[in-house]
Amino acid sequence: MSYLDFLKEYGPRFWDGALVTAGQFLLATALAIAIALTAGLMKLSRNRIVHGAAVVYIEIFRGTSLLVQLYWIFFVLPLFGITLEKFTAGFVAVGMNLGAYGAELVRGGIQSVPKGQWEAAYALSMSPAKRMWRIILPQAFVNMLPPWGNLLIELLKNTALVALISVSDLMFEAKQINGSTFLSAQTFGTALIIYYILARFIVTPFMRWLELVMRRKLGRA
Amino acid sequence: MDDLSNYPLELTGDDVPMVRFMKVTKRYGDLTVLDKLDLDVAEGEMVTVIGPSGSGKTTVLRMLMTLETINEGVIYVDGQPLTHMAKGGKLVPADRKYLRKMRSQIGMCFQHFNLFPHMTALENCMEGPVQVLGMKKAEARERAEELLELVGMSDKRDQHPSRLSGGQQQRVAIARALAMRPKVMLFDEVTSALDPEVIGEVTNVIRSLVNEHNLTMLMVTHQMGFAKDISDRVCFFFDGKIEEQGTPDELFGNPQKERTQQFLSAVKEAD
Repeated sequence: MSYLDFLKEYGPRFWDGALVTAGQFLLATALAIAIALTAGLMKLSRNRIVHGAAVVYIEIFRGTSLLVQLYWIFFVLPLFGITLEKFTAGFVAVGMNLGAYGAELVRGGIQSVPKGQWEAAYALSMSPAKRMWRIILPQAFVNMLPPWGNLLIELLKNTALVALISVSDLMFEAKQINGSTFLSAQTFGTALIIYYILARFIVTPFMRWLELVMRRKLGRA
Repeated sequence: MDDLSNYPLELTGDDVPMVRFMKVTKRYGDLTVLDKLDLDVAEGEMVTVIGPSGSGKTTVLRMLMTLETINEGVIYVDGQPLTHMAKGGKLVPADRKYLRKMRSQIGMCFQHFNLFPHMTALENCMEGPVQVLGMKKAEARERAEELLELVGMSDKRDQHPSRLSGGQQQRVAIARALAMRPKVMLFDEVTSALDPEVIGEVTNVIRSLVNEHNLTMLMVTHQMGFAKDISDRVCFFFDGKIEEQGTPDELFGNPQKERTQQFLSAVKEAD
């Protein structure tokens, strides 16, 4: 079978898998951003309990294997009465894991905003919440965009693990096709290329564009 | 420990100063930056603080802005305690909410401007009135435009700070502080980070504020000529204390204390 015939035959299944991967990516990204923002802000809190909770979360999710976390969420949580559908369990695990990494980026981004900005907002009598939301975070956001670009590519690649709990993503489809055709080189080669295209031609350009837009907003570009 | 019952709950009478420092002490660890400072600033008065670096002069402004806590003493603004609040007939350290209310009467301009880089000049001047005073956007915009006009920055109102020169940024920063309608304005070395050729545009704005508005102002500066020109009173700080104070003519023309003479002649040589 030529590679073209192979693509004709199995292309639609790769496409379906890629769509599921894209869905996992988008949902996990949304979750990771929400968690990163929350845990990052909590880590800057002066309240010991709030700070401690963030540290524990970050340590656990950054310090242990994503695959084990995925299995925990899918296989162990039901024992405690929390049953998640496999698609949900997949993006929740990836999002929670990468959110822990993102929390450190948020913390660093906030701390990179010059002290003078905090003081100027303080001198205008802004409340701490408004100061954070309107003055500090928009500037922190610009500073952390480049490392977030890296993190999102990492996140995209990590979604391949959800195939192991039978979410029918790109990796899962590839394994199935390989199982029935034994055309390993063509199958996994195609999967590799699709992951690369998603990362290189969709995620990266989007982040570059976002950076440019934000820099323009700051009048820097 | 300082006994707070020695201080009045509020200042009353005919000549309540706009600002009063009462035996204010500030320490960093073992280092005493300000030592039992007493300082009054009358309403509408322009007081300039000069002195060698490390003499505590910037600390005076930062304490008034409540950017620094104080160790002893009480500061009053318009008769009300700033750093403390009356509770059950006693003064106690102020809580956050009280501090925020009190410091909204004070505006400050910084050495490095500290404009918000993600906002235009106009938005910088609208941020406080809209977000803190709860003013309608249209009204805040009108006021911001007036103030930018006042500082001569109308034509740059839609520019971000990164597109403005230092002098222009500082003028916008003055407008931003004025937009909050403060009773007291603080200028902390506002020309120190500027190129010499643009210092004039900032000092001219401050000069016009002094001449045309009845604002109470406290300024820290290294520009003796400017201080001499516009101040009602000049305070020379040395070692956390006011070594000498007087009208510009008295202090610059006929300084009494040896340290003042030494400082002024050293500054003159540097010029």
